[in-house]
Amino acid sequence: MTVLSKSLRNRDRFFFGLFVILLLYALFGILRLYPIVLSTGYLGFRNYNLIGTKNSFVGLRNYIQLVHDPSFIRSLKNTIIIAAVTMPVSVVISLSLGLFYSKKCWGSRVFQLIYFIPALMPTTAVALIWKWMYETDGIINYLLSLIGLGAVPWLTNPAIAVWSVVILWVWKWVGYYAIIFMYGLQNIPNMYYEASRIDGASGLQQFSRITLPLLKPTTIVVMVIATTFAFQIFEPVYVLTTGSQGAFLKGVKVIVYDMYTNYFDYWKVGYAAAEGTILFLIIFIVSRIQTLSMRMGKEQ
Amino acid sequence: MIDVNNRSTASAIISRIYKVFLYLLLTLGACAVLLPFFWMLSTSLKLPTQVLADPPKLIPYPITLLNYVEVFERTPFSRFMINSLIVSTLGTTVLLISSTLGGYVFASYRFRGKDIAFWVLVATMMIPPQIFAFPLYLIMRSFNLVDTYLAIAAPIFVMGFGLFLMRQAVSTIPKDLLEAACIDGCSEFRTYWNIVIPILKNAIGALSIYAFFTSWGSLLWPLIVTNSEKHYTLPLGLVMFSKQYTIEYGPMMAACTVTVVPLVILYAIFSRRIVESFALSGMKG
Repeated sequence: MTVLSKSLRNRDRFFFGLFVILLLYALFGILRLYPIVLSTGYLGFRNYNLIGTKNSFVGLRNYIQLVHDPSFIRSLKNTIIIAAVTMPVSVVISLSLGLFYSKKCWGSRVFQLIYFIPALMPTTAVALIWKWMYETDGIINYLLSLIGLGAVPWLTNPAIAVWSVVILWVWKWVGYYAIIFMYGLQNIPNMYYEASRIDGASGLQQFSRITLPLLKPTTIVVMVIATTFAFQIFEPVYVLTTGSQGAFLKGVKVIVYDMYTNYFDYWKVGYAAAEGTILFLIIFIVSRIQTLSMRMGKEQ
Repeated sequence: MIDVNNRSTASAIISRIYKVFLYLLLTLGACAVLLPFFWMLSTSLKLPTQVLADPPKLIPYPITLLNYVEVFERTPFSRFMINSLIVSTLGTTVLLISSTLGGYVFASYRFRGKDIAFWVLVATMMIPPQIFAFPLYLIMRSFNLVDTYLAIAAPIFVMGFGLFLMRQAVSTIPKDLLEAACIDGCSEFRTYWNIVIPILKNAIGALSIYAFFTSWGSLLWPLIVTNSEKHYTLPLGLVMFSKQYTIEYGPMMAACTVTVVPLVILYAIFSRRIVESFALSGMKG
């Protein structure tokens, strides 16, 4: 090891720290901060296109056009439907699973590990598998026919296709949320339960008076993640609608998909940037509201 | 006495029925979770004539590897696999370096504005990748980096979560230990490399697993920044398949299996640690 004198050592420490901070700001700057500033603060107000033939200030025109753009409105509507359904459904299922996990009953480890698998697997691959299962004469309709139900046009009917996306998304993430709930439940001190048992509280009372209130922060975390994931959804829609046997795009188009189309099919960079800004604001505001409601709960 | 006994046997029966019902439900759920993977594997092992059989055959007979041979011979899938490995490894390595360096400096240095400087970087984890990906493409284009491994791996080079995790980990190291190194006249880099890094082993494991899985599965960014087939990653290759050919689900499912298998192997070995590191990334907020 190199041995340094004290003053040299201080200088070494100073330059090391400086180097690291500059490196981090360079990397985060290029990869995170600058893109978001460029997009929301600059491109969103310009008619910049991908080949660079147009680039002038247009004020709020992109935003005004977006509000009147049927494709955007439809994408927004579909995204909100997906978020509004997947979030509560996933929370209820994963909370029940988390409660089961935390009881440490027989087999709970095995179920944990199994239910977690979809969250780990690449969305593209699992979406392709689901596309194959959703085929009109695919495995799902076959299994339905075994219990006497008729075939469902999972992909070909635009009104149903959005539910196919919802099922896929809930399937993918509940195991993940359940683990978060399990860790949240483990953080509730056991003494609360012991004290209430002495007071003669029933299981149901314990659940509603102790578990639910103390689990609120965890619930909020899961709600925020589930909402954010739903608003960001892209891969399943892209995969399910691609190819000749794909779903009818109009029924399932989502915001990120619409952005992608505006960017690379129509080259409308400024327009897509405005769209991205709106999406960012929605995600930000929704998660803010959810977090604030947690804080208000704490003060009570 | 008899009455009490009756009641307790009755409640025992109810609790047993409840248990049976609970495990039945959980098993049904587990089947639903595993069905897609079972169906993927089953389809991939079928003869082309049996893939579309009506009614569908759950278990393939005879078992054939024809679909796998077809995937690797007719398409550059082995290339995609190598690309995915290169991109995920490169991204994860740089992320580990940037996060541990940053974690060390933010945990052990004292300077004015440190907290703000730290939280600005950590707050970037609130920006969804789907939103910075499009403008990042323009930046990559201005650097002439479109369609390179470097560009495909780049978004994973930094992560607010990684920085946060590493600062937490470094701050648990006793101050004396770092100061002892200081008194020995050890250079700053030596302290970081010989003392801090070995102690961070667990956090490094957790972060690298999380980063590797994320990078392996990402589609949108490679889709945006890649033009030529020779740089396709696995997810991109899968999507392009389903675009090019009239869908042949046999080879398609074989390709999916190949994409999924490395992750399944990792999960089988490190299951506990993987679950923990993902849960950690979720609870960061």
